[in-house]
Amino acid sequence: MNAKKLTLGGMGAAVFATLFTAVPVAAQENYMFLPSLVYRTGAYAPNGVPFANGYADYIALVNARGGVNGIKIKLTECETGYKTDVGVECYEKLKNEGPAGATVFNPLSTGITYQLIEKTWVDKVPVHSMGYGRTAAADGRVFKWTFNFPTSYWSQASAVIKYIGAQEGGMDKLKGKKITHVYHNSAYGKEANPTLKILAKKFGFKLNLLPVDHPGQEQKATWLQVRRIKPDWIFMSGWGVMNQVAIKEAAAINFPMEKFIGNWWSSTESDVVPAGDSAIGYKGTAFHGAGANWPVFDAIKKEVYGAGKGAGPIEGVGEVLYNRGLINTVYTTEAMRTAMAKFGNKALSGEEVRWGLENLNLTAARLDELGLGGFANPIKISCRDHETNGPVRIQQWDGKKWVVVSDWITPMADVVRPMIEKAAMAYAKEKKVPVRKCDGTD
Amino acid sequence: MGTVYDFIVLPLIDIVEYPLFFIEVVIGGLSAGVMYSLVALGFVLIFKASGVFNFAQGVLALFAALTLVGIMDWGIPAPLAILATAGVMVALAIAIERLMLRPLVNQDQIILFMSTLGLAYFLEGLGDTLWGSNVKRLDLGIPEKSFEFQGILLNQFELVAAGTAAVMVTVLAVFFHRTRVGRALRAVADDHQAALSVGIPLKSIWIIVWSVAGLVALVAGIMWGTKSGVQFSLSLIALKALPVLILGGFTSVPGAIVGGLIIGVGEKVAEVYWGPALGGAIEGWFAYMLALVFLMFRPQGLFGDVIIERV
Repeated sequence: MNAKKLTLGGMGAAVFATLFTAVPVAAQENYMFLPSLVYRTGAYAPNGVPFANGYADYIALVNARGGVNGIKIKLTECETGYKTDVGVECYEKLKNEGPAGATVFNPLSTGITYQLIEKTWVDKVPVHSMGYGRTAAADGRVFKWTFNFPTSYWSQASAVIKYIGAQEGGMDKLKGKKITHVYHNSAYGKEANPTLKILAKKFGFKLNLLPVDHPGQEQKATWLQVRRIKPDWIFMSGWGVMNQVAIKEAAAINFPMEKFIGNWWSSTESDVVPAGDSAIGYKGTAFHGAGANWPVFDAIKKEVYGAGKGAGPIEGVGEVLYNRGLINTVYTTEAMRTAMAKFGNKALSGEEVRWGLENLNLTAARLDELGLGGFANPIKISCRDHETNGPVRIQQWDGKKWVVVSDWITPMADVVRPMIEKAAMAYAKEKKVPVRKCDGTD
Repeated sequence: MGTVYDFIVLPLIDIVEYPLFFIEVVIGGLSAGVMYSLVALGFVLIFKASGVFNFAQGVLALFAALTLVGIMDWGIPAPLAILATAGVMVALAIAIERLMLRPLVNQDQIILFMSTLGLAYFLEGLGDTLWGSNVKRLDLGIPEKSFEFQGILLNQFELVAAGTAAVMVTVLAVFFHRTRVGRALRAVADDHQAALSVGIPLKSIWIIVWSVAGLVALVAGIMWGTKSGVQFSLSLIALKALPVLILGGFTSVPGAIVGGLIIGVGEKVAEVYWGPALGGAIEGWFAYMLALVFLMFRPQGLFGDVIIERV
């Protein structure tokens, strides 16, 4: 037998062994299946990796402690490369995995989320696009299977304008000011535009919209326009390399960094560290804490990394995107726990977890119990509101770490919610989606 | 979509009314174009010497920059780290010749092209495995501050990039046209077998050209890595080089520079003056459109060789 035949024979034997050993084990086990759509490769990997690590590490911690009410979670990653078509393939491949199917999908991509929304109605698997995706999905009456809490791009945009107003000495002082939105030219980047346009009319500031094409390595034209417009403030919805280049370009035209605010996907360590000292003073929004100063991180270091089960380097624990992956799974596991109170301690289906998400009530006391007191805001989801119009904070880069420089800013629900409901109803009409009454019957 | 007046008349009035800003846009375009040219040069080198479009050139730049940062992270001073990285790129060229090109001598160009495609994916994975996928800061002390000159904002880094490109083009032009090795490279590009029959050592020539392309990739990786941080998306700079190559010609070193400058200025002027009327972010496709228009009139590019094949 030559080497080639030997190798092929070995591979065949391995496949056979897998088939005959893995299937019975899976059938016997009582576990919940949690798919994880990640991008550990590709142009956006620097952002995707820490998120995926935080996501995996918290699940590892939950499992190390016996799972959710004794039911362990099996996490399976599927690499999307931040590509919508590949993300949809991942969804199709994983939706029926596990004893009761996939529990919930967190696509980590607005593009993928848009594609999955209609599929979830048929497959009865919820999608939680945490702080991204289709903002109108906040209206649970129309988007039964989609959740985007704790807050959305539209809420964020209104909170940023509120912050700018406060910095200028009052919302009335916004009249005549110039605010520029530099955004990733994608479904994600454009999400904040409708809200900003309405707010520009309401408060009388001049809004300039400057798109940047993927991936955003070359932005000279954008920043020449910024130099000409001379905005008072810049708000950025960037992703990946676009952020680092934008910060450097802003510094190159001597734009004051303290008046440059990135959204929560534009204010991570990856965005500021490559820019060096020029990033000092740059601000960003956040809906959770930065750093590892909460008991849960000590537990992860001890129980997960101490057992050699960490998903990434231990130095990455506490990075902004790591923490975002972590809070995502906190919401997921707490929704599972909520669902178990109704359906029993068992391997939950996607339909049951959807109920858990819709009835999630994560109180300050529960966050304390989880070792996350003050890390994120308490949250209560309802049939009608899948977003909660949650508050955001502004953080600022001091050259070494992110420092919180504002209180929690409550978004302008009076502006955002009517927009959400209008967009959701238009969607329902277009797609002929039945609108739920949310009276407990549907 | 704006009106005809918005689209045609307003931009022209704007240019006439604010000539200083227009000059600034042109300078911005030139500096961007120089950066594109740095990448395009690597493509030209391989194409000139082997007739192969090297799909992996962008990844070579990424790999070189990753290696440089990785070596510097070991505490090795920048000049030594650059030398060590250059050594790695030469070693890589030898490996590419031995393992990839040598078995493919006299194969169709498309086979060689496909092999560079495989090389691109392999090097991406290798770089990722060796050095990780996080964004790395590359600081070689190149000044990055801006200053005003006659009311026009100039950036020190961009001036350094322009100087670097000028030096590289001069050296490469001399190398190709004034040295025996350079002439041998061109002979190999024309016909592998004919070159072999007159005693040109194909193996050595390929190692030389891939080494030079690797060094050019290192320079491109340093300049782009300093600008945006060293990360996976550096490999995508190849996309910016393609219209430059179409326009300048795949076989001309000066063409890579002139093409880069035309594309750079063209896309910046288009984006600033006509972008708003078209919804913005037009520079990406505009560069390709400009190149396609050139293709219609000069398929070989501005400076490319006219290739006539007997059929």
